[in-house]
Amino acid sequence: MIITQKKPIEEVMALLRGFDKIAIMGCGSCATACGTGGEKEVAEMKEYLEAHGKTVVATNMSDYCCMNLTVKGKVKPFIAAGADAVVCMSCGDGVQVVASNVPVPVFPTNNTMFLGESVRLGLFQEACHLCGNCVLGTTGGICPISRCAKSLINGPCGGQKNGKCEVNPENDCAWIMIYKRLEATHQLAKLAQTREDKGYKDVTYPRTINTRGK
Amino acid sequence: MSLLEKALESGKFGVTAEMAPPKGYDFTEQLESAKLLNGKVHGINVTDMQSASLKASSLGLCIKLKEAGCEPIIQMTGRDRNRMAIMSDIFSAAAFGIDTMLALTGDHPVVGDCPQSKPVYDLDSVGILNMLSTMEATGKDCGGNDIAGETPKFYKGAAVTPVYEPQILQINKLRQKVEAGAKYIQTQGIFDLDSFKRFLEAADKAGIKAHIMAGIIPLKAAGMAKYMNENVPGIAVPQDMIDKLAAAAAEGKEKGVKGLPMRLGIEMAAELIAKIKDEHLCDGVHIMAIGAERNVPVILEKAGIKIG
Repeated sequence: MIITQKKPIEEVMALLRGFDKIAIMGCGSCATACGTGGEKEVAEMKEYLEAHGKTVVATNMSDYCCMNLTVKGKVKPFIAAGADAVVCMSCGDGVQVVASNVPVPVFPTNNTMFLGESVRLGLFQEACHLCGNCVLGTTGGICPISRCAKSLINGPCGGQKNGKCEVNPENDCAWIMIYKRLEATHQLAKLAQTREDKGYKDVTYPRTINTRGK
Repeated sequence: MSLLEKALESGKFGVTAEMAPPKGYDFTEQLESAKLLNGKVHGINVTDMQSASLKASSLGLCIKLKEAGCEPIIQMTGRDRNRMAIMSDIFSAAAFGIDTMLALTGDHPVVGDCPQSKPVYDLDSVGILNMLSTMEATGKDCGGNDIAGETPKFYKGAAVTPVYEPQILQINKLRQKVEAGAKYIQTQGIFDLDSFKRFLEAADKAGIKAHIMAGIIPLKAAGMAKYMNENVPGIAVPQDMIDKLAAAAAEGKEKGVKGLPMRLGIEMAAELIAKIKDEHLCDGVHIMAIGAERNVPVILEKAGIKIG
């Protein structure tokens, strides 16, 4: 999922300077799981804004703030309630989808950090860089693009110490993890495979995928 | 053909010395040290912002060295330059008669002295070597376009960390570097010949055919050795060496003589080099004096190494 982190509330309040009637949009998926934009956080934001002189004219939750058709219906009450700004408590994509559906400014309450997993409650780890050319099939299901600080695809650099990365000693060396996993799953031969360099031509931003056949 | 290529490819014991450009543009000290090295080594290997610490470029000092009649080896890391920039620098290097290079992935900017810098890593060491080998074979640039005029040809090298667990990972990557065109391999600094021999056996067993040059770091003090053991990946200075350096420092203090640990470090480095050569362990040595390049001729003399 998309891992988000709350912005300092002062930063949010600075964004809202000059706006009084605020609507709040929460997100029922990733941001709920991250504790940054679920029902609880929406209620807390409402309380905070009201305690700091704002009028919260409406709140709503979208199961997915990243789905245009879902969001379209969910923001209708905001406009009807006369909101002059919306705060969106989702990831950066949700903020943009909400913004494309309302005629007033939309402000984020979160920083969007990475694509990864919830390891356990409150602990999140990056695990995918959306590189568009998945190598997990040859790397024991461990991603060297996101788990190696240098995104090395041909094996480790010399910079590990006791299995830990030189860039952040709290992180395990991705290639040692890959090696151990390949060994444990009897796939060590894959270590020797040279991975073709595909370059970056196909990852020119922003990318669009159209499966509609039109 | 560079001196290093001639030496290694004709079975001679290769000797190179490492040199770092300054943080600035006054190359006086480097050029003075280089003069002392002339005729004593097969090449001066100029670092590309080692430890991700900002310095003048390897290309810049290599050009100055070439103009001064020395034999520079240009280092190229993938940390700061994408494939276009690397190839572009290779063209420029060739224009100045530089024909030997060392491909490295490069230390991450976060561990260096400009940590805000964006890491590039478009290509790693294997990728750089592959790109250059393909260029040489096809006469085309990294986009597949024809190169104007003659295609530059470089004698290419790579690095390896011999003291590494699990070793298979380094051996596997080393094999890829050699397959990608590395003809000579510089190792991280070695201090213990037994572990180095284990690495050489593993490389041999893996069928790796390249000229291996043992990395030699002359120690200056016990503190330096301890610091490297704790902070530099792949460095393992044995405790007895550290003890001897500490004893030399204590002796110096008692007698009021300065520089005894440094002198001992020179002796130890010379001894190591002599053993490597006498026992025919590998094809050469690469001396990383870390700012004390002036000591390199002394070390080589004590080790009984004469090139040419």
